[in-house]
Amino acid sequence: MERSFEQYFRQNRLPHLWCPGCGNGIATKAIVQAIESKGLERDKTVIVSGIGCSSRASGYMDFDTLHTAHGRAIPFATGIKLANPELNVIVITGDGDCTAIGGNHFIHGCRRNVDLTVVLFNNNIYGMTGGQASPMTPTGKKATTAPYGAVDPVFDACRLAEAAGATYVARSTAYHVQHLTSMIADGLDNKGFSFIEAMVQCPTAYGRKNKMSDPVQLMMWMRDNAVMKAAWDKLPEDKKQGDRFPIGLLYQEAGVDYATAYDHVIDLAGGAAK
Amino acid sequence: MSKARLMQGNEACAEGALAAGVRFFGGYPITPSTEIAEGMAKMLPKVGGKFVQMEDEIASMGVVLGASLAGKKALTASSGPGISLKQELIGYAAAAEIPVVIVNVQRVGPSTGQPTAPSQGDVMQARWGTHGDHPMIALSPWSVREAFDTAVMAVNYSERFRTPVILLMDEIVGHLREKVELPEADEIEIYPRRQPGCTPAEGYRPYAPAEDLVPNIADFGNGYHIHVTGLIHDETGFPVGSPKVTREAIDRLHTKIEIARDEITHVEEYCMEDAEYAVVAFGGTARTAYEAVLAARQKGIKVGMVRLITIWPFADQAISDLAARVKGILVTELNYGQIVNEVERAAAGQCPVELCAKYDMTIFEPEEILEAVESLVAGGNK
Amino acid sequence: MRKQIRLSGSGGQGVITAAIIYAEAAVAAGMEAVQSQSYGPEARGGASKSEVIIDNGPIYHPHVSVPDVVLAMTQKAADKYYGDLHPEGILILDTDLVPEAPDFKNIIRVPITKIAIEQAGKSLFANIVALGVLTKVLQLVDLDTVRKAVAHRVPPHTVEANMKALQLGYDSVE
Repeated sequence: MERSFEQYFRQNRLPHLWCPGCGNGIATKAIVQAIESKGLERDKTVIVSGIGCSSRASGYMDFDTLHTAHGRAIPFATGIKLANPELNVIVITGDGDCTAIGGNHFIHGCRRNVDLTVVLFNNNIYGMTGGQASPMTPTGKKATTAPYGAVDPVFDACRLAEAAGATYVARSTAYHVQHLTSMIADGLDNKGFSFIEAMVQCPTAYGRKNKMSDPVQLMMWMRDNAVMKAAWDKLPEDKKQGDRFPIGLLYQEAGVDYATAYDHVIDLAGGAAK
Repeated sequence: MSKARLMQGNEACAEGALAAGVRFFGGYPITPSTEIAEGMAKMLPKVGGKFVQMEDEIASMGVVLGASLAGKKALTASSGPGISLKQELIGYAAAAEIPVVIVNVQRVGPSTGQPTAPSQGDVMQARWGTHGDHPMIALSPWSVREAFDTAVMAVNYSERFRTPVILLMDEIVGHLREKVELPEADEIEIYPRRQPGCTPAEGYRPYAPAEDLVPNIADFGNGYHIHVTGLIHDETGFPVGSPKVTREAIDRLHTKIEIARDEITHVEEYCMEDAEYAVVAFGGTARTAYEAVLAARQKGIKVGMVRLITIWPFADQAISDLAARVKGILVTELNYGQIVNEVERAAAGQCPVELCAKYDMTIFEPEEILEAVESLVAGGNK
Repeated sequence: MRKQIRLSGSGGQGVITAAIIYAEAAVAAGMEAVQSQSYGPEARGGASKSEVIIDNGPIYHPHVSVPDVVLAMTQKAADKYYGDLHPEGILILDTDLVPEAPDFKNIIRVPITKIAIEQAGKSLFANIVALGVLTKVLQLVDLDTVRKAVAHRVPPHTVEANMKALQLGYDSVE
């Protein structure tokens, strides 16, 4: 069996610290396979992450990697991309990292259409700190800080990205591995802000609190509730209720990325790119 | 023709940073520092650099750290409230050893305070604003020309020591316009970005210290595949949960600055040859203190001034030597009393140390400092 | 030869710009100059004050202690900023905007804003008319140098109108 993706990992940093059954490894592998499929030059590819379970992925990946502070991956990544536009910059973030503490950066990264590929590992919970509710914990689901069920309405990060100006928005799950990989790969192709929500199972923190501590059970939930975008669009409104959610390319539009737009500023100011 | 021209302190700061090689600025508007961002927005694209106005102060700090890691010398500027927000990432820069300069044009605090009024109340914040044990370099100019010069120094120190440097300006100097003559480009010494000494194949370790205890960390995109984290890490850059590595890492962060302390601690003396008393001042306040010293000299009082250009690391040796040779020290600062505690500590009881503090939105008048000098002298002659 | 000058008015009248231009002219003439300002948080309509110190030698303390000349472009500014004027100093007032002149020995009243509107064409030029008045009264920097400083700072298409305003101000006092 071809395991060419292994060359993209720092073998001496493995095994990883994720729990048995965690979906983060699947999503991380999907990223490197997307990188491989697009033939990105490894020396010119930078992986930037925030803080949390998802964000430990950067340490295992054999590229220039940056493990930033909680919520701040997108500003750091923006700086890298603008300072050296020839670099491919991929951001790995989590639901808490991206939509809570880093929410403002997420919105404005989308708005600027910085040429980044942001992959959000959505495990519906704060895993690293032991299972607190995040903005993407479904309402009513339990967490250590939501012992009676989450009160808050949930964020749809994809709709948020679309509204804020991202030019490529997609969703997939750890169950749909090849689909997830292709969603990320297509995001790498987009010269602009690409956002991919990768739903991942967290049996330890989220599953256990919500009577789904078996990772297989969580993945079956993904299989049963994910609906391909084309099919989703044909569903009557009453069938879009409950746990069901669309996966696939959710939104795409043409747009000028920030570094290209700034090149125009440099031209106007009479400076040559140096 | 003379190159002399009227220039504002904030403008000179931006010019200095640019002259030192800054090619990236990320910021957020805040009085009284905004002219720095405005200057950079105008000048950076002219030299092929980039300016980005971020969504908030935290993002401004993050974006400059990212740009620095990708190889560009980077600057951000703000004032008290914004600097408070940046603190976590200032600590990140200290821990991950990322060169960056943060300008704080101080205004009256705490909180929103008095946005357009001068203060020097962020002296201790500059030192201890971020959490945990970390070194800090902070410089404070007293003139428009020195705003240029200290901006150059700040960029050079940040590169040389791979550490965040705070340029601790105040509204007095930031908004002041005065006659200034800037140096030519070839008169300015620039410390280049440090480069790795060996290849990955030769066993390169990004956080292995060079002889001066500063690591030669590769910029992103050069094939070194380094890992940068705010977690305590060993020489490979990867986190380690070891007490020994933790202690050694924190030791080295401090020691790399400590061994260069004499070289980076700048103080200047005025009228000190025969002085029996000394005024210690810094930043915009030193301008008024000097005028008071000159007035006291007119009255026959043997007083001089020691001006701190480097605020952190504190000029322990200079102040200790000073305390050994004068009968008393007057510390003037535009706050409730911050640097006075450092002066007292360094003076270690060798002479009395008194405080002349002001924190009411207005700057000192020379008469106020003169009066405090006279009171110090009267006490000393009792 | 130290001269301490205070320009005051309300935000938007351009007194800070006038002060900067005068300081720039002084520097161009080879003198030392510092200029500072204080303003309310409102960019328009608030009290606004700018100070210029000119000397042949270095200037340290950046604020005016005893002004030699105070220009006041509003009643509020006149009342607030003339108090510490040197007893032999000069108080310059906008005739129409400062209807009640403070009790002071040397007062020069010039219809600055009126000249700007009626002769220079816009109230916007009031600060440059005032600069002309100051240039004449102070006799520190020659008119030609001030002219160059104005031309350097104002938008190119307004240079001609500003030159006229400066001259009108200069000629309005003996």
